[in-house]
Amino acid sequence: MDRRDFMKVAGLGGVVFASGLPGCASRGQPGGQSDFYFVQLSDVHWGYNNAKVNPEARGTLRKAVAAVNSLEEKPDFVVFTGDLTQTTDDPKVRRQRLAEFREQAAELRVPKVHFFAGEHDAALDRGAAYQEVIGGPLYYTFDHKGVHFIVLDNTSDPAPILGAGQIEWLKADLAKRKPDDAIVVLTHRPLFPLLPQWDWATRDGMAAVEALIPYRNVTVFYGHIHHEHHHRTGHIEHHAAKAVMFPLSPAGTMPQKTQLPWDPAQPYQGLGWRRIQASTSGGAPKLRELSLS
Amino acid sequence: MRCFVWAAVLLGVAAFHAATAASGPERIALKATKFDFAVKEIRVRKGRPVTLVLTTPDFVHGFAVPDFNARVDLVPGKTVELTFTPERAGRFVFLCDNFCGEGHDRMTGFLVVTEE
Repeated sequence: MDRRDFMKVAGLGGVVFASGLPGCASRGQPGGQSDFYFVQLSDVHWGYNNAKVNPEARGTLRKAVAAVNSLEEKPDFVVFTGDLTQTTDDPKVRRQRLAEFREQAAELRVPKVHFFAGEHDAALDRGAAYQEVIGGPLYYTFDHKGVHFIVLDNTSDPAPILGAGQIEWLKADLAKRKPDDAIVVLTHRPLFPLLPQWDWATRDGMAAVEALIPYRNVTVFYGHIHHEHHHRTGHIEHHAAKAVMFPLSPAGTMPQKTQLPWDPAQPYQGLGWRRIQASTSGGAPKLRELSLS
Repeated sequence: MRCFVWAAVLLGVAAFHAATAASGPERIALKATKFDFAVKEIRVRKGRPVTLVLTTPDFVHGFAVPDFNARVDLVPGKTVELTFTPERAGRFVFLCDNFCGEGHDRMTGFLVVTEE
């Protein structure tokens, strides 16, 4: 990202998170591959309806899409890290919300958009509506400019689990990697037990973390908790993103998980998105936290 | 003589149940439905085992008290028991930890553990 673009981002309320790991981001890769950046959008919750928390519920996704489209330097891709829609017990409404979300996401003027489900999209029907409307598998990998991306599904079972089958699939995929490969894991819930009292955990998530430990350049990006959070398990960094729809109280600051009310004096406070500068040479990604306000 | 034998048997059974009740876990019934627990606050004593007798008519809800590493899946139409010993006093969250629908986030309550 060039300086002019960075200044534009900073003017929108950006905050830079400099990774604690050495070797951040700006080295090139022999063989012509270059560093790149992508955008993380999370927890859109399309269909959410509580004016006390977000009176602009039908506008915040549009605002996020416009912000991404206004970037002079386009990201290589955008990834939505789950909870595309607000849950509903009505399967027809679920499909309708997913379709409306898909239409709005199609407005993104970027080369590629990746999706995966959150529990609001997938837990009540094991991902059937999500796969029907959005398409694609619930967990998968893709490679981009030398970085190996692994999408893990910890939401399509009503229980917050990966499941033994997916963990074996992960291990088989990792067996094909070299210890210094650049690996980015994308998932919805935290893999580590951030706060099980607030349903902020994946019961068998640490099995995935243990499988990732032998690899030196692994970073995890996730959503679910609706605020920025950074954590480290061993050398693996885990970064939660702000939500597009509504913020939740930070971990442990209230007796129970709480949706934070809209502040008319500071509209869109706590809502945001993230730019991630990825390194193809093994350095930790560099994050820029951006506000919708 | 026959009456005496029956009386002795009944006394023995009563004594057995009394002893079990005194030394066994405290039993507390709790019903879960979409999207609430019938009891929002459960009071127990520190160090005394408790058995939650859990029922649900409608979903495989989870019941979890993460602070005591205690959880179980409920089974619609059946009774499920969860026994654990709260070893710390305080106020601890319990919740449904299986995503059950629109009101899932409301399915929480508190386990209040008092000193002996």
